[in-house]
Amino acid sequence: MTEYKMKNVEGTIHFDGEMATKGFRFNKMCYSFNNEEGRQAFRDDPEAYMEQYRLSEEQKQAVRDKDIIRMLELGGSIYYMAKFAGIFGWNMQVIGGMQSGRTTEEFKAYLDSQGRGKKSNG
Amino acid sequence: MAKIIGGITTSHIPAIGVAMDKGLENDPYYRDLFAIYPPIRQWLNDEKPDIAVLFYNDHGLEMFLDKKPTFAIGCAPEYQNADEGWGIKPIPPVTGETELSWHIVNHLIEHDFDPTVCQEIKVDHGATVPLTLLWPNFAYQGIKVIPISINCERHPMPKPSRSYALGLAIGDAIRCWERDAKVVVLGTGGLSHQLDGQRAGILNAEFDNYCMDKLVSDPEALCVYSNLDLIEKGGAQMVELAMWMAMRGCIKGEVEERLRNYVSPISNTAVGVQLLIPKA
Repeated sequence: MTEYKMKNVEGTIHFDGEMATKGFRFNKMCYSFNNEEGRQAFRDDPEAYMEQYRLSEEQKQAVRDKDIIRMLELGGSIYYMAKFAGIFGWNMQVIGGMQSGRTTEEFKAYLDSQGRGKKSNG
Repeated sequence: MAKIIGGITTSHIPAIGVAMDKGLENDPYYRDLFAIYPPIRQWLNDEKPDIAVLFYNDHGLEMFLDKKPTFAIGCAPEYQNADEGWGIKPIPPVTGETELSWHIVNHLIEHDFDPTVCQEIKVDHGATVPLTLLWPNFAYQGIKVIPISINCERHPMPKPSRSYALGLAIGDAIRCWERDAKVVVLGTGGLSHQLDGQRAGILNAEFDNYCMDKLVSDPEALCVYSNLDLIEKGGAQMVELAMWMAMRGCIKGEVEERLRNYVSPISNTAVGVQLLIPKA
């Protein structure tokens, strides 16, 4: 049989069939945040909203903890998590910092150090 | 007969759309990036394409995990944009070109490519940011657009070689369409970036520039990569090279690289922009 499982890349969770299965309800909830009604319903009562989408207890806890890495481990897709982040006004540098244990400023500096802030690259 | 007059690669980072909304084109952070667009717009203004075939990836506005096509082609007279949840301002509708869309679909299926056919889809920032960049002030409403989406979210994703092959087939379809129309092909997204995981923030200027070089001189050299290779080299979202490969497939053969820009980072992403003109 062909081996489909992708090789591990450190610090990366491949969003494959297994993860997508695990995260489907969580992602479906986050997909609903495309609409203001969904965002407002979550703001009004996050516990009821999570229950409505039948999140697992682990997923609910990750949401309560605002633990981005844990959400990924539980099958979250960054595309929908971006919509979750929108509720809190977090952009991708904030999220990047939260995931890599840096402040937002440190994360931006890390990005710059590989590009425009890199001496040899002008 | 229809003619492909050029191909453009461009980023679709939401932050760029927001910067345009706020009039930050001359802001020191964005200045180097936006500098490339006036000459590209000038070229578009001189050449006046009738149709833009636009390769993009949907980021969960229209295509949720419940029904997620690997390749999908828009066959609608109009495409709406909508709220994506994190604050980018929706833009007025994009005009479609159903006759060419159906011609491409017929040609593809006849040549053993089987895309999902969409008569009504919303398009997200993957399509709207490039359109706004290339035709600002809603001037994109003056051209017809065919959006073609490639799954860049959930594995398994099409291999880079397959996206290139899709482009080859679509290019052939366009060139055999019996209408006098000028077509520009847009490959959006990329280059190196990773949004998710502890590895978030990785960039790879060397690999990005290699890709841009090869896209001009030898695109088949990029067909050797798996998506895993791209992830290792340029981060989880480097897989967006798929749209660049499809664009290049459409043009095929030798090209002249008329313009190039590379700025890294903008937001979390390395931004590459190229204007490629087919030779003869």
